[in-house]
Amino acid sequence: MEFFLQQLINGITLGGIYALIALGYTMVYGIIQLINFAHGEFFAAGGYMGVILLSYLAAHGYMTTHPWLCLGGALVLTMIYCAALAMAVEKVAYKPLRYASRLSVLLSALGMSIFLQNGLMLTQGVYDKPYPSSLGQGGFEFGMITLSYLQILIVVVTVVLLVGLNALVFKTRIGKAMRATAQDKVMSSLVGINSNKIISLTFALGAGLAAAAGVMVGLYYGSVRYDMGFIPGIKAFAAAVLGGIGNITGAMLGGLIIGMVEIFGAGYISGQYKDVFAFIILIGVLYFMPTGIMGENIDDTRV
Amino acid sequence: MIHESKKIWKNYAIGLIWFFVLLWPLLGIHKDGSLTIGRAFSVWLYVLAGTFICLSLYTLHKNDILKWTGSPMAKAKDRVTAAAGALPNWFWVLLILTVAVLLPLFSHRYAQDVAINVLIYITLGLGLNIVVGLAGMLDLGYIAFYGVGAYTYALLNLQYGMSFWVALPFSAFFACLAGCIIGYPTLRMRGDYLAIVTLGFGEIVRIILNNWMELTNGPNGLLGIKPPGIYYPSFAHGFSLEFLYLKKLYLLYYVILFICIFTIVAVYRLNFSRIGRAWEAIREDETVAELMGVNTFRLKLLAYAMGAIFGGLAGAFFSARMRFVSPESFSFLESAMVLSMVVLGGMASIPGIILGAFALIVLPEVFREVELYRMLAFGAAMTLMMLFRPEGLIPAKRVGTRSEERGG
Amino acid sequence: MEQPILELKNVSSNYGNIKALKGISLKVFPGEIVTIIGANGAGKTTTLMTICGIVPLREGEIYYRGQPIHGRAADTLPALGLCQVPEGRRIFPRLAVEENLEMGAFFRKDQDDIRKDMAYIYSLFPVLKERRKQHGGTLSGGEQQMLAIGRALMSRPKVLLLDEPSLGLAPIIVQKIFEIIDDINKRNRTTILLVEQNANIALQTAQRGYVLETGSIVMEDDAEVLMNDPRIRKAYLGE
Repeated sequence: MEFFLQQLINGITLGGIYALIALGYTMVYGIIQLINFAHGEFFAAGGYMGVILLSYLAAHGYMTTHPWLCLGGALVLTMIYCAALAMAVEKVAYKPLRYASRLSVLLSALGMSIFLQNGLMLTQGVYDKPYPSSLGQGGFEFGMITLSYLQILIVVVTVVLLVGLNALVFKTRIGKAMRATAQDKVMSSLVGINSNKIISLTFALGAGLAAAAGVMVGLYYGSVRYDMGFIPGIKAFAAAVLGGIGNITGAMLGGLIIGMVEIFGAGYISGQYKDVFAFIILIGVLYFMPTGIMGENIDDTRV
Repeated sequence: MIHESKKIWKNYAIGLIWFFVLLWPLLGIHKDGSLTIGRAFSVWLYVLAGTFICLSLYTLHKNDILKWTGSPMAKAKDRVTAAAGALPNWFWVLLILTVAVLLPLFSHRYAQDVAINVLIYITLGLGLNIVVGLAGMLDLGYIAFYGVGAYTYALLNLQYGMSFWVALPFSAFFACLAGCIIGYPTLRMRGDYLAIVTLGFGEIVRIILNNWMELTNGPNGLLGIKPPGIYYPSFAHGFSLEFLYLKKLYLLYYVILFICIFTIVAVYRLNFSRIGRAWEAIREDETVAELMGVNTFRLKLLAYAMGAIFGGLAGAFFSARMRFVSPESFSFLESAMVLSMVVLGGMASIPGIILGAFALIVLPEVFREVELYRMLAFGAAMTLMMLFRPEGLIPAKRVGTRSEERGG
Repeated sequence: MEQPILELKNVSSNYGNIKALKGISLKVFPGEIVTIIGANGAGKTTTLMTICGIVPLREGEIYYRGQPIHGRAADTLPALGLCQVPEGRRIFPRLAVEENLEMGAFFRKDQDDIRKDMAYIYSLFPVLKERRKQHGGTLSGGEQQMLAIGRALMSRPKVLLLDEPSLGLAPIIVQKIFEIIDDINKRNRTTILLVEQNANIALQTAQRGYVLETGSIVMEDDAEVLMNDPRIRKAYLGE
């Protein structure tokens, strides 16, 4: 029973991370029908930027004096950085191919993914880069169950970001414009929405969330690697598809489910094959229920 | 004309600034608490120099200023291509074939080693081409078939002592089987999803190979695989058949050359067959093909399985040549490399793919010092190709345009 | 001589590789209701989409209030007062009715006036007020048409382009819609360019009409004259 609860805690934590990454995939696909292969690299870049900033702050002693402020500041700066990175990638590699064949833009995305991953490797090194360890040690213990401070932090940050995104997308004018553009790009132009700006914004938001996930993963596991985006990227995409591509609530739900399945699968079935569970879900969903749990949200019109 | 250039240069300048802003934090913030600008600045300068030259050339070209240098060169180029075109195609094929066959005579081990690699990748590229170039399906997990073929031969050889040539069709068969298993659920999906699902499958195969200790020995790999061997007639003591393991590099070279030529011929025949036409129809516009009576699912599965077969053959050779296999060799990176060859060389273009494989194997060997930047260059090249020359280095000869490219 | 509020001069544009419009010219004067009638595939939708900048112009010029608008991005036009209700309604299916209307006023900053306008739309179309939290995609065809028109009105258009408002609607609803169109024109002096397959109701509502056949204007006259023209009666009015 305690094992179950522990797995539950771990699953929710991991699920939140996947949800944050999945949102980027789902929003971008919803608006321009592109699987942004490079999205995993925004997650990785976030992890790296987090460690770069936090290490810098640690070297100046700020981590000991104001640890939470440092963390908050690093998080925000990282998210801004990755948002800028995503907008640049969109402008250079995807926008010119907006009316080209689907294969072309997929290959361009793949190229960008390889480019960014190797860019991280070349600028930051091949080896794992450790996070300054002063934060997040310890936690609560209830018998055999541990609930670390870091886990609480991750869940809190994740919830805040998800609620924030939800509010943005469903309650604000610009969020409705994003949804409108995703549902019918031509019509949104006809009411005066500048699709290019909305698309840039979508990329920026998605990358910002992934970046936050990257920072938290770095904190949680203690280090980052240049290829850390690859496998989580695929799993997050599986989560997005599970929830219904383009559907924001779906991505959040899908992330949670994939996280849970991975943790419980690793705990009860096999730790070695834990990465396989997400793939199996992906294939299963695409085969039996391609529109996902909550239904798709894409432009189903033709000009 | 000139004000169009102004806009391009303005965007270029903005792009450079953005690039520096994005680059600096990665290179200039250090964990000892210092902030430097030197390294970031020097990298940025390199990029600026390179892109500035390219953009200048482009602008001059657009404004027809370069015409006067171009003219004698253009004339010479025209004369050369005219002369080359005058010779029939079979002449060139024969020439290349002769060079290929005679290669081991005038090259040493290093060159032969590279040549073997090139031939393996040509085979892989052509196999992937059936899926991506002919049938138009983006497969990111192709390397799994390479792995299946390699491990099949390895296991058959180690466990049952099967010889290479006997095991070859088994490798092809199991790779084909893997193709059918993977293809069956995936091929009903939307094109976009196919890419990521095949990617997932590729990873699953690698994970299984890595974790199934009893069968594959996991990350330790399988050692002691025997190379191909042949019986050859010997008249030393009367007529007898001697067995020889083809361990010498140049002998292995001929084995892969044989496999590669077989693949080229097979793909060429497929390309110009009824099946090839049907695949092209699917690639151009699947809905229309379906309406015209093409059983798209079966044909897509066929493309997938056939592509897998060639992957399997290459894989079997790979394990016979290396005498050792481990899951490391079958990662997504490899899939991406094979895909780049097909895409950069020219999809559905056999000479293009051959050129692509050649370039992607030989160039890094030539520029050994910049080995580190190899994958970075791959990634950038792939994106740049899509932006500027999506049809590849040697485009396939094609009638009409893709419906998607027309925006239809 | 009054200046036309919307004018097309020799406009040609393509739909894919097909020449859809072959040098058409037309004028719409302020406060008018003008209709373009024609069969399916004549190029009616392409005309409106070309005016709005969705379909790129091959040749020719388009003037709105005396200023050239050809080459302008489509999303800049509503702010100028030029708004389209496209064919098939194209309301945002997974946005609420209310949100659809809000999107109509996207480019506007005057929050109070936007609220007032929404109240006005609800008074014009009470059924929309009932369903204002429902997703647009769940509305019936007629309700969607009302929503689409309401959404366009939220932009306070000076010129309203309507693409086949009668399409797929029951005759009673069509009648109601056209009454509303007429009312919008009379009450707000909104100029209306109406593209229609249902020539009957179009010519009843409009003052002037153009006849479009395979990309070219073949006839132009007062609506009454067109309605009584034997060729028109035969081809488009079902006689």
